[in-house]
Amino acid sequence: MDTYSLLRQFADSWVLLALCAFFVGVIIFVMRPGSSKTYRDVADIPFRHEDKPAPRGDAKEARGNG
Amino acid sequence: MVNYIKLIALGLVTLLALIAANYGRDLAYTVNALEAALFAFVAFIFILRRTDEPAGRDVSGEYMDGVVRYGVIATALWGVVGFLVGVTVAFQLAFPALNFEWAEGFVNFGRMRPLHTSAVIFAFGGNALIATSFYVVQRTSAARLWGGNLAWFVFWGYQLFIVLAASGYLLGATQSKEYAEPEWYVDWWLTIVWVAYLAVFLGTIVKRKEPHIYVANWFYLSFIITVAMLHVVNNLAIPVSIFGSKSVQVMSGVQDAMTQWWYGHNAVGFFLTAGFLGMMYYFVPKQAERPVYSYKLSIIHFWALIFIYIWAGPHHLHYTALPDWASTLGMVFSIALWMPSWGGMINGLMTLSGAWDKLRTDPIIRMMVISVGFYGMSTFEGPMMSIRAVNSLSHYTDWTIGHVHSGALGWNGMITFGALYFLVPKLWNRERLYSLSLVSWHFWLATIGIILYAAAMWVTGIMEGLMWREVDANGFLVNSFADTVAAKFPMYVVRGTGGLLYLTGAIIMCYNLYMTVKRAPAVEATNQLVPAE
Repeated sequence: MDTYSLLRQFADSWVLLALCAFFVGVIIFVMRPGSSKTYRDVADIPFRHEDKPAPRGDAKEARGNG
Repeated sequence: MVNYIKLIALGLVTLLALIAANYGRDLAYTVNALEAALFAFVAFIFILRRTDEPAGRDVSGEYMDGVVRYGVIATALWGVVGFLVGVTVAFQLAFPALNFEWAEGFVNFGRMRPLHTSAVIFAFGGNALIATSFYVVQRTSAARLWGGNLAWFVFWGYQLFIVLAASGYLLGATQSKEYAEPEWYVDWWLTIVWVAYLAVFLGTIVKRKEPHIYVANWFYLSFIITVAMLHVVNNLAIPVSIFGSKSVQVMSGVQDAMTQWWYGHNAVGFFLTAGFLGMMYYFVPKQAERPVYSYKLSIIHFWALIFIYIWAGPHHLHYTALPDWASTLGMVFSIALWMPSWGGMINGLMTLSGAWDKLRTDPIIRMMVISVGFYGMSTFEGPMMSIRAVNSLSHYTDWTIGHVHSGALGWNGMITFGALYFLVPKLWNRERLYSLSLVSWHFWLATIGIILYAAAMWVTGIMEGLMWREVDANGFLVNSFADTVAAKFPMYVVRGTGGLLYLTGAIIMCYNLYMTVKRAPAVEATNQLVPAE
């Protein structure tokens, strides 16, 4: 089997399956329980650090400074 | 110490570029080499004057906004240049006498057209993307740009790329690939700049203080990575001589055509769509002062868009040597693109839910909303035109040009103007814009300009398509090509007028932004320890 046919076989079967599975996986992941609360929080990211970077330290501390 | 290495490198680059200019086999190559030498020499002097100076103050507690300011200025200026060239070529098509005899071979339509497309897409759009991505990634990561002065290298390196490409086109250096016209050495240079850009962006994301990577950064990152991949693969070429601009493509025939439109369509998909969606997901919420309508939808929007867009290229090659299965694949994926495109549009528009009154009072949000509206309209039109039966009418006609411009002027242009109006007061610490009524003038001039443009191109495109396929009772074609050209004249004038209105709006914007920096009341600097100059 030449390289093209081999790759084509592979692309049309397993790779197609893997890509579709990944895509469906993303949608399921986004809809996971508890995600609404997380996403409500992260949607506010643009409003937190308008003027200067978060000070050195851990992320939790940084998030309070908005 | 680092400065000494930079000085040696820049000195060598200057020398090598001058040697290359001396050996240059064609005018475009020689001029490009001289431009590169000049750039390197100016950078050499600039660094020389700063060498062995005492270290400046600690800036790690501030955002790096200097490069964003330069990017904003470059965006506005290149925008005007690109629109001006566009208006010029539009009138050159309507009135061929404007292809002056004395300028033949330099500023005739054939040389100017790629200058226009590259100026608006890469110079205007590219600078807008680089500037806004640097602004957005810092704010949403709560971290200063990674890599120190590397961001400046990205900015100036990109300007050099623009200058090399633009002067090369006018002097005849082109590899004749749509949106990928620059010759091999310009492609190599852009690759270096782009890798530096990726490093700055990714480095900032890696050192972010926010645990979550905000959705705008996902879009920007996919734009940077995909454009790198597209650029390298589509520009695989072997130079005829290292002292000449001519190169030969590695792939040939239908493979080359497919590679070109895989590149060409994803330049639209990732440069003009994904990158600008990154802008939308930051600036629309900021201007509306409310978070994005549905963050879940934005994640699905992202993955659906990048999974589907990459396959849509073959719809540019209906009824060619490309196998049917491939063009059908392109067509099906183009139609599937309706879903993520409209999902994204709804997400952008609904961000205003509960704040619709702002449409009446805030011309900047109006600009952003009409931009998202044009995004929805052109992403509806595009898939429709990719259907083989529709394409048989629309392909090679002005309908395609109208479609591109409703996307580029409407979506890319308007969202960029909105972002510039948002950014300038913030970056120069001004309380507000100089004049909101000038923003309204800009909004209406641009909108009416787009409508004139798109409507003229629909009419002339469909007319042209119908004229080309018209046969008489004996099966002979009724119209010659020149008949269609003559019939299109009035619409060409309307199109040029629309472009003129759009250009006027952009000039008004530049004036307004300049006066904002000069005259608008200042506020106390919040983003810096010392006030901006």
